[in-house]
Amino acid sequence: MKILIIEDETELMEVIRQSLEKESFLVESAGDYASALDKIISFDYDCILLDIMLPGGSGLDILQELKNMDKSDNVIIISAKDSLDDKLTGLELGADDYLTKPFHIAELNARIKSVLRRKSFGGKNTVELGNVKLDLDDRTLHINNQPLLLNRKEFDILSYMVVNKNRLVNKTSLAEHVWGDHMDEADDYEFIYSQIKNLRKKLKESQAGIEIQAVYGLGYKLIVL
Amino acid sequence: MKLLNHTLKYLSITLLVIISIWAAIFYVNMLDEVYDSLDDGLDNYKLLIIKKAEEDSTILNKKEFAESNYEIRELPESVAILRKDIHQDTLMYMLNEEDYEPVRMLTSAFALNNKYYELKVISSMVEEDDLIEDLLYSLIWLYVAMIASILIVNNFLLKKTWKPFYLLLDQLKQFKIGKDPMIKPAETQVKEFKELNEAVTLLLNRTLETYQGQKQFIENASHELQTPLAISINKLELLSEREDLTESNLVAIGQIIQTLERLKRLNKSLLLLSKIENKQFQDNEQVDINAIFKNLIEEFSDFADYKNVHISFQENDQLYAYMNKDLAEIFVTNFLKNAIVHNVDNGSVDVTINPASFTIRNSGSNIPLDGQKIFQRFHKKSNEKNNTGLGLAIVKAISDLYGLSVAYYFDNGHKMTVYFK
Repeated sequence: MKILIIEDETELMEVIRQSLEKESFLVESAGDYASALDKIISFDYDCILLDIMLPGGSGLDILQELKNMDKSDNVIIISAKDSLDDKLTGLELGADDYLTKPFHIAELNARIKSVLRRKSFGGKNTVELGNVKLDLDDRTLHINNQPLLLNRKEFDILSYMVVNKNRLVNKTSLAEHVWGDHMDEADDYEFIYSQIKNLRKKLKESQAGIEIQAVYGLGYKLIVL
Repeated sequence: MKLLNHTLKYLSITLLVIISIWAAIFYVNMLDEVYDSLDDGLDNYKLLIIKKAEEDSTILNKKEFAESNYEIRELPESVAILRKDIHQDTLMYMLNEEDYEPVRMLTSAFALNNKYYELKVISSMVEEDDLIEDLLYSLIWLYVAMIASILIVNNFLLKKTWKPFYLLLDQLKQFKIGKDPMIKPAETQVKEFKELNEAVTLLLNRTLETYQGQKQFIENASHELQTPLAISINKLELLSEREDLTESNLVAIGQIIQTLERLKRLNKSLLLLSKIENKQFQDNEQVDINAIFKNLIEEFSDFADYKNVHISFQENDQLYAYMNKDLAEIFVTNFLKNAIVHNVDNGSVDVTINPASFTIRNSGSNIPLDGQKIFQRFHKKSNEKNNTGLGLAIVKAISDLYGLSVAYYFDNGHKMTVYFK
């Protein structure tokens, strides 16, 4: 899987690169408009992370170029500007997603994997991990081919943890992903614990091959047993 | 005090002084002239009497004034020689007035046929008190007439002249920076008013520019902060995944991430606030407030359970508002969040939807809050670190944008009511 990061902030690009390499992706990067254009014309990528404000031009112009080449469907726009106009233009030009800085690494991971799943499995939006099978479109969970009923939040937590397997997921990131931005003043996110507790219990009772571990003070980590 | 009346005050005092001094001088001069004329008359009369006495000696026996206005008495020679003409004021009983009235009297002496006589001639004269009274009354009338005419001129003429000034003043009183279009001063020919209009317009333009610049600055600064924040948080997230970290390292990293998250929230809130104030939320639509509440109460249920706060929802009506949907959600979210966060263990949040209003009541501290201050930016009562202190400021900005009114009152709990038009 080849991913291109188009981002002029070297440090941010470096962090994203390191994170993506942990997921065993092949990562390339471009720091300005010209080299980005050069790369998208010369190579094919499975996913492109695109910053809008670039030295030498606008990311939206690159997106237009990609659309002309019919390659814009795997683009995730990452922008410091939470602008509705940019978002609408970007999505109109065929971008798959729009992520506002600052974002969590786990969130970026989840979005990238969502793009890749849609590309690779011919629309079959499922994730398998050991004896655990998640269908992200039907929102169903099977363990050892046995269905296990989860409530909406439990399912959201599990799918987020599964795409970020073996990675430490910050509890803020988890709360924002599952409960939305509304919870941003909520007491260090301790309230998410009760949902996680229930989810763990259900997974254990169904003898799932995965476990959600708490990492003290930081968040959670899903590991394959 | 109005400018018109202000000048009038000084004018009336000045006029009073001038008229008083003028009256005193006028009175003295007039009286002097009157005496002069009277004394001339008396002198002439004296000569006439002496002349008559030379022809008719009977009048030398007229020893009382009685019906005429002179009397003659014989004088010893020694006294008469020393006599000089004396004009003096004296009192005399007047039959018609039944009172003593002032008269002017000339006392003189003359010699006739080697005999010496004293002659007193009188003339009735001006009654000074009457004169003063008359003068006083006329002056009061003059004074009143002058003040009245100044008033009339002020009110009609000056009012007309000052019209551009008052027009400008009215506009300035109403003017709210950032909300109203630029003021439109009235056309005027008066140089001072023209200059005033120009100066005010210039000042307002500059202020407006600064205001816009400042608003833009907050937005730009917030934007610029996003990237360094992203780098820091993401680097720490990556760092925390390293295998060689001890538990205390992880705790420390966790705390730094939480602090950065706080900064991120603060920055987001500031950005939101300036976006609202810069009117960057357009796309208004008919928003179902009931549905937003239902949805958000569900979203908040985990948090409320964790805080052991019970949320009740009562719909007495279906409430719609014409506004931006995102802002409507933020509006309701901030109320709900506020009510849950500032609550007590085993507390409650009661939401009631009424026709054209909704009320959120929550249990909490028993001390009423300052209804003015709670909507100010960074007004924090608690030192809760997760509170940006901007939640209610955002609520205020949204309600200002849409002309909603928010009222806080304490009634066995904290109550916030939002009235829709």
